[in-house]
Amino acid sequence: MPPRALGWMRANLFSSVGNTVTTLVALYVIARVAWGVVDWGIVHAVWTAPGGRACEAASHGEGACWAFLREWYRFILFGRYPYFEQWRPLFVVLLFVALLLGSCDRRLWGMRIALLWGAGLAVNLWLMLGGVFGLTYVPTELWSGLPLTLILAIVGLALAFPLAIVLALGRRSRMPAVRGLCVAYIELVRGVPLITVLFMASVMLPLFLPEGTTIDKLVRAQAGFVLFYAAYLAEVVRGGLQAIPAGQEEAADALGLGYWRKTRLVILPQALKIAIPPLVNIFIAGFKDTTLVTIIGLFDLISTASNAITDPNWRGFYVEAYGFIALLYFVFCFFMSRYSQALERSLARDRR
Amino acid sequence: MNGDERKAMIELHHVHKWYGAFHALNDVSLEVARGEKVVVCGPSGSGKSTMIRCINRLEEHQQGQIIVDGIELTADLKQIDAIRREVGMVFQQFNLFPHLTVMENLTLAPIWVRKMKRSEAEELAMHFLERVRIPEQAEKYPGQLSGGQQQRVAIARALCMRPQVMLFDEPTSALDPEMIKEVLDVMVGLAEDGMTMICVTHEMGFARTVADLMVFMDGGEIVERAPPEKFFAAPESERAQLFLSRILSH
Repeated sequence: MPPRALGWMRANLFSSVGNTVTTLVALYVIARVAWGVVDWGIVHAVWTAPGGRACEAASHGEGACWAFLREWYRFILFGRYPYFEQWRPLFVVLLFVALLLGSCDRRLWGMRIALLWGAGLAVNLWLMLGGVFGLTYVPTELWSGLPLTLILAIVGLALAFPLAIVLALGRRSRMPAVRGLCVAYIELVRGVPLITVLFMASVMLPLFLPEGTTIDKLVRAQAGFVLFYAAYLAEVVRGGLQAIPAGQEEAADALGLGYWRKTRLVILPQALKIAIPPLVNIFIAGFKDTTLVTIIGLFDLISTASNAITDPNWRGFYVEAYGFIALLYFVFCFFMSRYSQALERSLARDRR
Repeated sequence: MNGDERKAMIELHHVHKWYGAFHALNDVSLEVARGEKVVVCGPSGSGKSTMIRCINRLEEHQQGQIIVDGIELTADLKQIDAIRREVGMVFQQFNLFPHLTVMENLTLAPIWVRKMKRSEAEELAMHFLERVRIPEQAEKYPGQLSGGQQQRVAIARALCMRPQVMLFDEPTSALDPEMIKEVLDVMVGLAEDGMTMICVTHEMGFARTVADLMVFMDGGEIVERAPPEKFFAAPESERAQLFLSRILSH
């Protein structure tokens, strides 16, 4: 061990009797937990088995049964989407990932990225729904698993964000009617839980619609999600707007930029940059909150995983199933978090 | 004075402004001819800044008339924008856009308001950056410049709109002493080129050099107006005498 590391350990971990005891106890706990995970997940794990009983017998109940995931991963990922068409949602997921990664390149920002996303979303809609250009039609009731989660989260947040900017600007408007409407909307929506908004969208809204008109359930849930998150994001955007010194507006006014150009070119770029940490916070929360749609009967990742473990042949592999989707959620959320940090750093150059 | 003398560049007729019960501008009347340089001074809170901020409608006046280059300032947004295009303003706190480079700060309004081509706007921007003697800073961000450099960029930014009038709102008050001169030099240069200027400043040396007219304000009123040689030698009002004795004593 290099002497610097030793010195650091002596100074920080073993500087007194109390610290030494704490360090040793903590090390013991960490080692036990780590060993437990390795023992369960690798040493005693069973990788192939014909069924749940055989799997448990092979591991003596002491290890993970990854054979379950081998059997069920496709269902967890794509759910009830027709089995032989599942290459389509796979493409959708890959295209989403490609678009997300592509958006990290700031040189593409502006018109080009908007066009790319527009085209990407159109292709994804075509892939999922089909019905034209040689793809068979797959109704939205059958959309499930990871692609459904990604659609709800990405489309939802992408639509909620511009709406949030409009609401935030409206709340600061000098026109009392505009300001009042925006305040009322934001406070009303923030005052109720997402779950009630989703219930409204799925159960109550159809009662108010005229006889014979139906709106797709997924569209209703998506709309509810957008309207709900727009209210939350609006307050975060407003926080950014409040942080811009009045002198910035005055300078833009004095140049004769006018309200919209001032807002777009001077105020928003600075306000949104300031708001990145809380914005990403809400994006991550929103991504995970898509799981609530399971309650109104949409078949997202939680539903597919819960369903997989009710198979009589593979009953009860909770940890494997939920661990698997937890990992999927973590990957996406971790990406968002890391990306936002990189973005903050690259935007920080003008603060020097 | 030449043929443009037909009407004043800026006219204020009996302008009043209140902040709540506070009477910030009290019956202010002023005419500034094309090419004239007016220096406004007075104790803090006397309404100097409020007056010049009314001229491009950063503040709204409640009574009286303000006419800029023949256009009266009303609530009409089109007229306000038309006037703002012709009136450049330099602020005490510079107010550069920190997320844009110096070059982008300068070309923003020419491109979006004057609809200039980018190349043309950049050429214009370089011209004025050379004029304020910092062309080498074009690609930097405002945060990387000293206060004096930032204020010179702010002056260049206003000039890029090719304004008829320049308003200066205590342009050197936020600067360290050693940077004041570089900014004043630029302002003297502008004055020599015939720009119509209204400067709120306590730089009395500058005032003596460039002002055609000194305006002394106190309590929201114009208390005294006189050519600088007369104003500094023999101010008429007691308040102006007191003010001058205070700021010139050290």
